[in-house]
Amino acid sequence: MIPASWFLILSAVLFLIGVLGFFLKRNIIALLLSVEIMLNAVNLTFVVFSNQHRQISGQIFVFFVLVVAAAEAAVGLALVIAMFRNRESLNVDRSNLLKW
Amino acid sequence: MNLATINIAAILPTLVLSVVGIVVMVAEPFVGEQKKSNLGWLAFAGTLAAMLSLVPMANNRGQWYSNLWIVDDYDVFLDFIFLLIAAITILTSMDFLRREELNHPEFYSLLLFATAGMLMMAASNELVMVFLGLEILSIATYVMAGFRRADLKSNESALKYFLLGSFSSAFFLYGIALIFGATGSTNLLAIADALRSSKIQISLVSLSAALILIALCFKVAVAPFHVWTPDVYEGAPTPVTGFMSVGPKAAGFAVLFRVFLTAFPSIEDRWGSAIWMVAALTMILGNVIAVVQPNIKRMLAYSSIAHAGYVAVAFAATSDRGVSAALFYLLAYSLMNLGAFAMVTIISRKEDKLVNVTDYAGLGSKRPGLAAVLSLFMLSLAGVPGTAGFAGKFFIFRAALESRLVWLAIIGVVTTVISFYYYLSVIVQMYMREPHDEFSDVRLCGSLKFALVISAAGTLYLGLLPTRVLDWTTTAALR
Repeated sequence: MIPASWFLILSAVLFLIGVLGFFLKRNIIALLLSVEIMLNAVNLTFVVFSNQHRQISGQIFVFFVLVVAAAEAAVGLALVIAMFRNRESLNVDRSNLLKW
Repeated sequence: MNLATINIAAILPTLVLSVVGIVVMVAEPFVGEQKKSNLGWLAFAGTLAAMLSLVPMANNRGQWYSNLWIVDDYDVFLDFIFLLIAAITILTSMDFLRREELNHPEFYSLLLFATAGMLMMAASNELVMVFLGLEILSIATYVMAGFRRADLKSNESALKYFLLGSFSSAFFLYGIALIFGATGSTNLLAIADALRSSKIQISLVSLSAALILIALCFKVAVAPFHVWTPDVYEGAPTPVTGFMSVGPKAAGFAVLFRVFLTAFPSIEDRWGSAIWMVAALTMILGNVIAVVQPNIKRMLAYSSIAHAGYVAVAFAATSDRGVSAALFYLLAYSLMNLGAFAMVTIISRKEDKLVNVTDYAGLGSKRPGLAAVLSLFMLSLAGVPGTAGFAGKFFIFRAALESRLVWLAIIGVVTTVISFYYYLSVIVQMYMREPHDEFSDVRLCGSLKFALVISAAGTLYLGLLPTRVLDWTTTAALR
C-alpha cells in the first residue's frame, strides 16, 4: 500500500503549483484555474487525513469545498465576462485603472 | 450518533435575513419600476426583524447542532454590530442606486446574504462552518463590488477582490485541512483539547495556524496583506466600499479572536509575536500612506487599514480586556466609518465624479449642516476626545499597556497623531478654502438623513457615555 505521506507530498506540490501559477500567469482564466488546483490539493489532503483518522467527516468537507468552488467559479466567470465586454482583454496587466 | 436537535431560536437572525433576502429576490420581477425602492425598505425591515430576533437567540445560549453552532454574549454583540452595519448600508444605498440608475433590488438580497454569512462566521464553533460563512459573505461581496456593471473601474475592483479573495480562501482551507490532520477534528474546542496533549506534531499545527492567520489577515486587510484594499475600495460603488470597510473586517476579526483564543491559546508563543509585528506594521503603513492620498475613497481605504491595525493591537494583548476593547472599537469604527462613507456618497454626485479631498472646498459655507456632520466623523476617526474614536482607542491602548505591550501602545499613539493630519485636512478644505462648487445639486433624501442621524448619534453616544456599551463588551469578551 502506498504510504499516506506520499499523498500529502503530492497535495503540497499541487498546492504550490497553484500558488506559483497564480503569481506567474497573466491570463485571468489561468488564474482561476490556479485557484481551482489549490482547492483540489486541499481536497486531496482532506481525503488522506480522513482515511488516516478513520473519520468520515473529512470526506464530507470535500463536498462543501466542491460546492463553494462551483459557486465561486460561477461568480468569477461572470465577473470575467463583464470585464471582457468592457475591455476586450483577459490580461491582468492591462487592468491598471486603479493604482497608487 | 443521533440527529442534531433542531433549535430554531438559536439561528433565528440568520434565518430571518436569508428568508427576507430570498423574498426580495423573488418579488423583484413583480414590482413596478417606480416601486423598486420599496424593496429596499423591506430589506431594511428585515434587518430590524433580525435585530429583534437576537432576543430569543440570546435566551438560547450554548452549543447547538452537534456543536457546530455556538450562541454566547460574544456572538450576540457581534451580530448586533453586523445587523447595524447592514441596516445603515441599506439606507445609504437606496438613494445611491436610484441616482446611478442601478435600481436592481438584487443588491439588497446580496447585502442580506452577505450579512447572514457574517452572522454564521461569528456563531460558528467549527472551522468548516467558518469557511462556509466566509464564502457566503465573500461571494456576495464580490458581486456587490462589481455592481456597476458597465463601469471599468467597478469591474476591475470586483475582479481584484475576487482573485485575491479566492486565493486567500484556498490558504484558509489548506490550514483547516492540516489542523484536521494534526488533531483529527475541526471543532475549535476539540482542537484546543488535542493541542493540550503532548502527542501532537507541533510543526504541522504551527503551519496550519500560520496559513489560517495569513488568510484572515487578507480578509481584514492588515499589512503586509493589504495591497488589494485601496484598489478595491476605490473602484467599488461608494456604499459598497463603506460596507466592505467595516463588515468583512469586523467578521474577520470575530473569527480571528474566536479561532486563536479558543483553539490555539496553548501555542500562543508561536503566533503572539507575529500579531505584534502585523499590528505595528499596519498602523505605520496605513497612516503614513494615507497622508499623501488625494482621493478621499483611497484615503479612507488606507485609514481603514490603519484602524485594522488598532484592532490588531487589541488582539496582540490576548486578554479579556483586549477582546472587550476590540469589540467596542469595532462598533465605534463601524458607526463613524459608515457615516463618513455616507457623506462621501452624497458629495460624490453621479458616477463618483467628485471624490478628491479638494472637491470638499467650501462645503462649510455652502452646506454648513453637512460639513458639521462630516467634521464629526473625521474628528472621531482621528480620535478626538468626546467622540467614539477616542473612547475606542483609549480602551485599546489601556488593554495593550496592561499586557505590557508598551511599544505597540507608543506606536499607536504616534501614528494617531500622524492620522490627525489627513483627517483634519478634509476639515481645513471644508472651512478654510474658497468654494469652487455651489453644491446646489447635492440632494439629501430621507433614507440618507436617517443613516447619517443613526451614525452621528451613535458616534456621539459612544464617545460621551461609553460605560454602558463597555459593560456589555466586557461580558461579551470570551473565556
